[in-house]
Amino acid sequence: MAKQVTVENLSVLFGSDKAKEQALKMIDEGYSVGDIREETGVTVANMNVNFDIQPDELFVIVGLSGSGKSTFIRTLNLLNKPTRGDIKINGESLLGLSKEALRSYRRKDVSMVFQHFGLLSHRSVLENVEYPLEIQKVNKKERIEKSRAALEQVGLKDWENSMPSELSGGMRQRVGLARALVNDPELLLMDEPYSALDPLIRREMQNELLNLDDSSERTIVFITHDMNEAFRIGDRIALMRDAEVVQIGTPLDFFKNPANDYVKDFIADVDKSRILKARNIMRKPLNVVTLDMTAKQARTKMEDTQSEYAFVVNEDKEYLGFIVAQDLEKSEARSLKKFLKEDHHVLRRNTYLSDALKALQSSTYDVAVLDKKQHLRGVISNDEIIAALAE
Amino acid sequence: MISFPEQLVYRISRFIDLGVDWVLDNFRGFFRGFASFVNSLFNIFDTIFSSIPWWVYIILLVIAGWRLYNIKVGIGLGAMLYAIGMFGLWDDMIYTLIIIFIGVTASLLIGLPSGIAMAKFSRVERVLKPLLDGMQTMPSFVYLIPAVTLFGLGRVPAVIATSIYAIPPLIRLTYLGITSVDKEVIEAGRSFGSTSMQMLFKIELPQSLPTIMTGVNQTTMMAMAMVVIASMIGADGIGAQVLVSMRRLEIGQGFQAGLAIVFLAIILDRIFQGIAKRFERSVTMDG
Ligand SMILES: Nc1ncnc2c1ncn2[C@@H]1O[C@H](COP(=O)(O)OP(=O)(O)OP(=O)(O)O)[C@@H](O)[C@H]1O
Ligand SMILES: [Mg+2]
Repeated sequence: MAKQVTVENLSVLFGSDKAKEQALKMIDEGYSVGDIREETGVTVANMNVNFDIQPDELFVIVGLSGSGKSTFIRTLNLLNKPTRGDIKINGESLLGLSKEALRSYRRKDVSMVFQHFGLLSHRSVLENVEYPLEIQKVNKKERIEKSRAALEQVGLKDWENSMPSELSGGMRQRVGLARALVNDPELLLMDEPYSALDPLIRREMQNELLNLDDSSERTIVFITHDMNEAFRIGDRIALMRDAEVVQIGTPLDFFKNPANDYVKDFIADVDKSRILKARNIMRKPLNVVTLDMTAKQARTKMEDTQSEYAFVVNEDKEYLGFIVAQDLEKSEARSLKKFLKEDHHVLRRNTYLSDALKALQSSTYDVAVLDKKQHLRGVISNDEIIAALAE
Repeated sequence: MISFPEQLVYRISRFIDLGVDWVLDNFRGFFRGFASFVNSLFNIFDTIFSSIPWWVYIILLVIAGWRLYNIKVGIGLGAMLYAIGMFGLWDDMIYTLIIIFIGVTASLLIGLPSGIAMAKFSRVERVLKPLLDGMQTMPSFVYLIPAVTLFGLGRVPAVIATSIYAIPPLIRLTYLGITSVDKEVIEAGRSFGSTSMQMLFKIELPQSLPTIMTGVNQTTMMAMAMVVIASMIGADGIGAQVLVSMRRLEIGQGFQAGLAIVFLAIILDRIFQGIAKRFERSVTMDG
C-alpha cells in the first residue's frame, strides 16, 4: 500500500544545540525567521509545518529558493533530523526507528531522486540502477532483471551498458528515476528533479512522470520552484515561504481562494487551461457496485448513496460501465450483467479540462475518470468542469 | 664577544644517546626481528624481479605506454629502459626498483587507512594534519638518522626511511579524495540505506580513485628521490653508482647514472599518471 505521511508541528533548525534551544523559544514567542537569525545565528529552515500527505497522492511543495523545501523533503527519509515535531509514516513515528529499522525503511519503503541526479559516475547505467538492490544483497540475477524492468519503464532499456557521462541531462535523470523505482518504493521523494533540465525536456519528463504515476499506487512528494510545474503535476500543492507553509490545497483551491496577496502574485502567471486536469477536480465515487452483486444489493447501494445510477467495476476495480436504478426495479437477478450499459463517455485522469469539456458536451450523469489500467479513480460532472474553468 | 659564549653551550646530544641506547637495549629483539622480516621480503622480491628476463620488462613497458597513451610514448619509454640496461646499470635499477616497490607498498598499507580515518574522524584529522605538514617540510636526509640509529646501515633502513618519507602525499590525497566526493552522490548512497562500509567501498573509494592514484604517483616519485639519497647509508642501486662516481670524480660515469635515474623517474611517473588519468575519465561526468 502507498504510504500516508503525517507531518506534525515540524521545525528544522541549523545551528549549535544551545542556540537552537533559544531559537525554539523564540519561535514559540512568535518571532520571525529573520529576527531569530539575527538574534541567535540559527537558520530556521522549517517552522511549525503541519500537514498530511494522502496515500497515492502526488504532493508538490513549491516555493522560492531558500524557503526550506529541500530541508523538508530530506526529513522524510531522515537525511535531516527534525529539531522538533514528528513525522509519521502510516502512523508510525520516524523518530522512533532504530538504526536497523531506519536502514530497512530507506532500503524498502522510500526512494529519492536528486536535482543533479546523484549518479555513481564509476558505474554503468545498469549498475547504477542495481545499486539499491545490491546493497540489500539481492542476488545478481534478480537484481539485473528488476533493474532492466525499471530501465524499460523510463524508456532507457537500450542504454544499460552506457556510462552516465555519455548521457544527456534528461537521460541521466531517467536513470535516477529508474534507480529510485527499482525497489518499488511506496514513497518517492523528488527534490527539484527537473530543474536542471531545459524546458522542452522538462515538459516531456513531467508527462512521463504523470504517465508512470497514473497506474501505480505510490505516494510521491515532488519539489519545485516553478509554479507552472507544480500545478501541472500536483494533486495537491503546499506553497512554502520563509520556512513556513503559506497555503495547502488543490490547484483549484489556489485559484478559488488564494490565501493572501503573496499567493496571488505567485499564481499570477499560471495558465489555468493548460494546468487543470480531470484528476484535479474529480470526486471520490460513492455509488460504485461490482458486477457480481445481485440486483437487490445494487438497489440498496443506490438508495444509500441517493443516486439513480451506479458505476460498475469488476473485482479488479476495472471500470465496466454503469447501471440505472429504473432498469433494476423489482428484479431478483443474481448478477448485474444484463443491466450493464457500456459507457463511451469516460475520461482519463490526466486529460486537461478544456479537452474534457469538448468530449463531454451532452453527458447528464457524472462521468467516470479512469487511469491507464482502466481503474475507476473518480467521477466528475460537466457542470463542475465548466465551473472550474470559469473560476 | 662576537662568537657564541662558551659558558652558554649546553649539549643535549648526551641525553639523546642515552635515550636511543635505552630503546635499543629494550627493543633489540623487535628491531632485529623487523629487520630480518624486511630483509627476507627483499630477498623474495629480488628472486621474483630477477627471474624475469630483461626483454620482458621492455616489452611490457612498451605495451603499457601504448595502451595508456599511444605507441610513440610506448616506444619512448621502452627506449629509456633499454638505455638504462645499455649503460650497464640493469641490476642496479632492479635493486632500486625493489626498494621503491616495497616502500610504496608499505606506504599504501599504512597511508590508505590513515587517509580514510582522517576523512572520517575529525580527531584523527586534528592529529595527522600538523604531523603531515611537519613531515613534508623536513629535508629527506633527516629521515635517514633514526633509520640508521635503529637499523644500522644497509638496505633495511633504506626501505624503512623510504616508506616513511614517501607516505605524506598518499595520506593527504586519500583524505582529499574522500572528502571531496560529490555531496549529492553521498546523499544518494545514504538515502538508499547503505551501511558505512558500503558507502566506503562502493561509493567513496571508487569515486576518489583518481585522486588516490595521483597520491600513489607522488608517493612513488618521493620514494624514487629517497632511494637515491639512501645510498648514503649503504643501500645499493643506481644511487650508489652516482655516489661512487662522485667520490672518484668519474664525471662520465656519474652523468650516466644520473641519466638512468632521470629515465627511471620518467618511466614511473608516466605509467602512474596514465593510470590516474584512466580512472579520472571513468568517474568524471562531463568531458
Ligand atoms: N545543512 C545545513 N546547514 C546550515 N544551513 C542549512 C543547511 N541546509 C539548509 N540550510 C539553510 O536552510 C535554509 C533552507 O534551505 P533549503 O535548502 O531547504 O531551501 P530550498 O527551498 O530547498 O531552496 P532551493 O530552491 O535553493 O533548493 C537556507 O537558508 C539554507 O541556507
Ligand atoms: Mg532545494
